[in-house]
Amino acid sequence: MAKVLMKGNEALAEAAIMAGCRHFFGYPITPQTELAAYMAKKMPKIGGVYLQAESEIAAINMVLGASAAGKRAMTSSSSPGISLKSEGISYIAGSDLPAVIVNVQRGGPGLGGIQPSQADYWQATRATGHGDFHLMVYAPSTVQEMTDLVALAFDNADKYRMPVMILSDGMLGQMMEPVELKTANATDCPIEKPWAACGHRNSRPHNVINSLYLTPQALEELVKKRYEKYEVIKKEEQMADEYLTDDADIILVAYGASSRICRTAVNTARKEGIKAGLIRPITLWPYPAKYIEKHIAHAKAFLCVEMSMGQMVDDVRLCVNGRKPVAFYGRTGGIIPAPDEVLNEIRKLTGGVK
Amino acid sequence: MAVVFQKPQALLDVPFTYCPGCTHGIIHRLVAETIDELGIEGHTVGVAPVGCSVMNYNFFACDMVQAPHGRAPAVATGLKRAIPENIVFTYQGDGDLAAIGTAETVHAAVRGENITVVFVNNAIYGMTGGQMAPTSLPNQVTQTTPYGRDTSYSGHPIRVCEMLATLEGTALAQRVSVDNVKNVQNAKKAIKKAFTYQIEKRGFSIVEVLSTCPTNWGLDAQESLQWLRDNMIPYYPLGVYKDVGGTTK
Amino acid sequence: MSTLNILLAGFGGQGILFLGKMAAYAGLMDNRQITWLPSYGPEMRGGTANCSVCISDDLIGSPLVINPDILVAMNLPSLEKFIDKVVPGGTVLVDCSIIDKKVHREDINVFYVPATRLAADNGLPGLANMIMLGKMLKETKFCTENALEEALLKCVPPRKADMMELNRKALKIGSEL
Repeated sequence: MAKVLMKGNEALAEAAIMAGCRHFFGYPITPQTELAAYMAKKMPKIGGVYLQAESEIAAINMVLGASAAGKRAMTSSSSPGISLKSEGISYIAGSDLPAVIVNVQRGGPGLGGIQPSQADYWQATRATGHGDFHLMVYAPSTVQEMTDLVALAFDNADKYRMPVMILSDGMLGQMMEPVELKTANATDCPIEKPWAACGHRNSRPHNVINSLYLTPQALEELVKKRYEKYEVIKKEEQMADEYLTDDADIILVAYGASSRICRTAVNTARKEGIKAGLIRPITLWPYPAKYIEKHIAHAKAFLCVEMSMGQMVDDVRLCVNGRKPVAFYGRTGGIIPAPDEVLNEIRKLTGGVK
Repeated sequence: MAVVFQKPQALLDVPFTYCPGCTHGIIHRLVAETIDELGIEGHTVGVAPVGCSVMNYNFFACDMVQAPHGRAPAVATGLKRAIPENIVFTYQGDGDLAAIGTAETVHAAVRGENITVVFVNNAIYGMTGGQMAPTSLPNQVTQTTPYGRDTSYSGHPIRVCEMLATLEGTALAQRVSVDNVKNVQNAKKAIKKAFTYQIEKRGFSIVEVLSTCPTNWGLDAQESLQWLRDNMIPYYPLGVYKDVGGTTK
Repeated sequence: MSTLNILLAGFGGQGILFLGKMAAYAGLMDNRQITWLPSYGPEMRGGTANCSVCISDDLIGSPLVINPDILVAMNLPSLEKFIDKVVPGGTVLVDCSIIDKKVHREDINVFYVPATRLAADNGLPGLANMIMLGKMLKETKFCTENALEEALLKCVPPRKADMMELNRKALKIGSEL
């Protein structure tokens, strides 16, 4: 299929439809609105459901309902809206339901701003709602990846029966790049879901979708079982992209929009004779620790770059665990760092020496 | 020998966990009888709320989904839109439906969402131990209105059926009670009508059932029923507030 | 060749984003890497619109153009905001039927194009953007002529087929200035 120019938000929406998503529940918020608008335009023509909910809270619970019925369901929002969805995401996780949630991040806290940001990393990887649970989190860095990862997100949501987040940002959502849409599953229920609350048709005992366990032992047992699944995911699903890391002295770690800026900075640093490289996490949970681990011996220092005051840097430090220095550079509030700013940080770390 | 009374098929053979004298059991039975009589158990999905009836997924034999507090109508919307031929009902208390879930309730009605809501109004938060509900009566003493509900301070009770009757999407809004045999029979008719309207794709249907909470009202079963008659029915008159197929009160 | 950074700026309604989309598609038709990033949010409704387009043979890092190689300014606030950011040796196209101010930098190439007036004079309302694009092609050769024609086929929807000839005419006027 020929490449077409699409906005990240629209490309993601189209890819979700191609991945079999026929149930989308949304609420307007900048800078993700094109995604919902695209769904509103497309879904009625293909027998799908687009419904504008009365709030982000209602939207995520409609996703819970549609997913409970066995369907591939999705919602999207931007930072303040994800806070509202947190409750529902926790229930979805606690009910072992698949779902795909898109966060096109903007600056925060509070109403914040509407320009691109990566300040929801902690929220996505640590605390998208109450309780012991994880989401799988994918961080695309190109419009192409916005589309490729959404199919993977749906597949893994179904496979592991858990919510999966695409953590994007205003830059990736709004920008156009050439994209090739790859045909994926065209059905909205590609795998058997014998657990679904879709009506027992008098042919099996009733199914119950539930997250309430009043007996502590029962709840502990269930949560522990879920954590065994998380261990499998940590082993199987780590994804990262490496660029010029093999001989690198300075290894940058950045995801999504900021990784693009870092790549430019790495190229310029290499021209100056500085051996810089880049690890770009594609999964933020599970964190791609093994990609960092293999470079700890030869790297002299790590530099984590984010469009935040420093959130993912916690995970980099956990991986490095004191064995090498880990520096941080970030811009926040909706500012995209310039490649030169990052280059300066690289120079500082090398002490100006080549 | 002819069987004249038995457990509805749509109720599982497990004991209820409700307090003695509470009318949840009667209301569950009316819903289950309706499901039996309409022959819809196999394609019915119920949504349990947060509150005393949170574990009703253990009682109803149809598929069940437990919703976050107040969000049952949104969860039901997702279930219904996913499989429109299924019959979807929510079973919600007053705190769930008329406080934390007001937006979800009103907008499900606004959309004319083709679901059925069984709304159990007992004027108090039962599960958490007897706090003020949005439907607690003026001067009613609860754990969080120990000097009685002061309407100038805590606001007035919500009359849900009257409010929802103003919306285009509402097909049926009816208030019933289960305090005596005649009222139980009327309640059954209303619940059956609400489910029938859903089968006929007529839109949002809600049946508000005035109910008792002996434990938190501090009364015995008999006194509770009398308190309901003396205090709740005058404030929440029984009747049909909207019926697209019948007459509006 | 390294990355060509293009910044297009003007009022909402002047077709700035469309101009950017045409430039981006032309780059794509030349089989090059491209990005297109609009300004968004309330500022779009408040009057100004701008759009970053990058065309490169390599993967593009930041799609946000801070120091453009090419600046197309279609109103005074845009010119004033971005003129000092243009890289030395860069190219600036000014719609001089809207902006009567001259550029005082000596280290860049400035072209004054009366695009809005020419569009009006030639019965091409709303196509000043395409006149600027034609001129941009002539002065910078940012894409091949064939790619621009192919971009037009991609960007003008079939239901607006009558617009095709008008767009071609506007591009021609620009490229012959």
